[in-house]
Amino acid sequence: MNWFVKTFSGSIGRKLLMALTGLFLCTFLVIHLIGNLQLLKTDGGEAFNHYAKFMTSNPLIKTVSYLLYTSILAHAVFALLLTIANRKARPQGYTVVNNQSSWSSRNMGILGTIVLAFIVFHMKDFWAEYHFEDLPMYTLQDGTVVKDLYLEVMNAFKSGIYVALYVVCMGAIGFHLWHGFESGFQTLGLNHKKYTPFIKTTGKVFSVAISIAFAIIPLTVYFFRQ
Amino acid sequence: MSGNMNLTLKVWRQKDEKSKGKIVDYQVKGISPDMSFLEMFDVLNEDIIKKGETPIAFDHDCREGICGSCSMHINGRPHGPKSGITTCQLHMRSFKDGDTIVVEPWRAAAFPVLKDLVVDRSAFDRIIQSGGFISVNTGEAPDANAIPIPKKYADEAFDAATCIGCGACVAACKNSSAMLFVSAKISQLALLPQGEAEAKQRVESMIDQMNEEGFGACSNTGACTAECPKEISQVNIARLNREYISAKLTSDNV
Repeated sequence: MNWFVKTFSGSIGRKLLMALTGLFLCTFLVIHLIGNLQLLKTDGGEAFNHYAKFMTSNPLIKTVSYLLYTSILAHAVFALLLTIANRKARPQGYTVVNNQSSWSSRNMGILGTIVLAFIVFHMKDFWAEYHFEDLPMYTLQDGTVVKDLYLEVMNAFKSGIYVALYVVCMGAIGFHLWHGFESGFQTLGLNHKKYTPFIKTTGKVFSVAISIAFAIIPLTVYFFRQ
Repeated sequence: MSGNMNLTLKVWRQKDEKSKGKIVDYQVKGISPDMSFLEMFDVLNEDIIKKGETPIAFDHDCREGICGSCSMHINGRPHGPKSGITTCQLHMRSFKDGDTIVVEPWRAAAFPVLKDLVVDRSAFDRIIQSGGFISVNTGEAPDANAIPIPKKYADEAFDAATCIGCGACVAACKNSSAMLFVSAKISQLALLPQGEAEAKQRVESMIDQMNEEGFGACSNTGACTAECPKEISQVNIARLNREYISAKLTSDNV
């Protein structure tokens, strides 16, 4: 078998892909959050619509976005392959289990599935609408006429159920990152007393900050902007 | 005797590799808190033999925590409720009178149950045979300090070498992953100059064998280290990942 194929058919090779795509997706979360925070500005959507236009027209961003879609798919597909292999490694379970590891570390698959389902609905709601449907238009200050994604988001966040589900999904992302962030570095072989305590602290702060910051946006819109 | 305990045991009984096993309940009486867990099993087995039934098969050898053969999953944890010890080092004072104790064999596709609590751990031997050694010419033993090794590395290599291959890491891992075991066997050689010459070949072969045996992947949950009787650290798994990645990038195996 070709060494390359063999590497990524084995467990360490697959975990390596999980780590690389996962940590890349972490950087994306930061960029996405900066954009979403524009929703909190009370400028009628000027800043957010400007951001949406930039994200969909800048050639560099467009290129990176394809890398992003590929990463999400690869992260999900390899997670599925690993999970199948892991299940096969223990055909018969225990009657009593008292596992000493953290809850989130044992449930990355369930958390990841929630996050994936969220991404699918999220892209249907906003990404697909913005790209393929006729939306009310908005005129930016520089005179450009764009689809009013801001209005779409505000409308979506009027629904209490929608906001509640959104917040639950942000919780799932938080727990996923709680283990995933530091685990990614460990898989890459980066474990050293010089920087591992820093990575672990950063991971905890990152997971809490990201989930709360994303969840605050729909909550603010629902409770204070209508 | 006062202070002795009466316990209910729920033990996995399985006739042979092919048979379907089940949990069977036993009562043991008058167990001294000073007995080891295996001695309690000896008492139980004598009762069973007196009744004319087949005693419970379980692995044991040194009974001093170094052979790694006593492999019991006790109340949901490999080697029972205490950290850093094997089943033979677990004493009955860790339990209370009237307790119910569930005892199961290690569960992994790579560790088939042979009988009752005895599993076949020869998958570990095959991993070692695939590369967990250094090739040296036989003959006179070399002088102990012929190759100077800083104490720090000697200590770290020794910490890895304390692995007794008991399989608790596999038993504890939700994926039945053998990464902690393999990482210890890689680290004990990777940290020393003697291990350097064959390092790339070693890690590639051992990981190939590990995958072939059907062990799962490492999710970095840390359950293995928590249950390891020798408290082998996760740092070794990171080292294994580094060794593997660098071997894949630079070895001659195309």
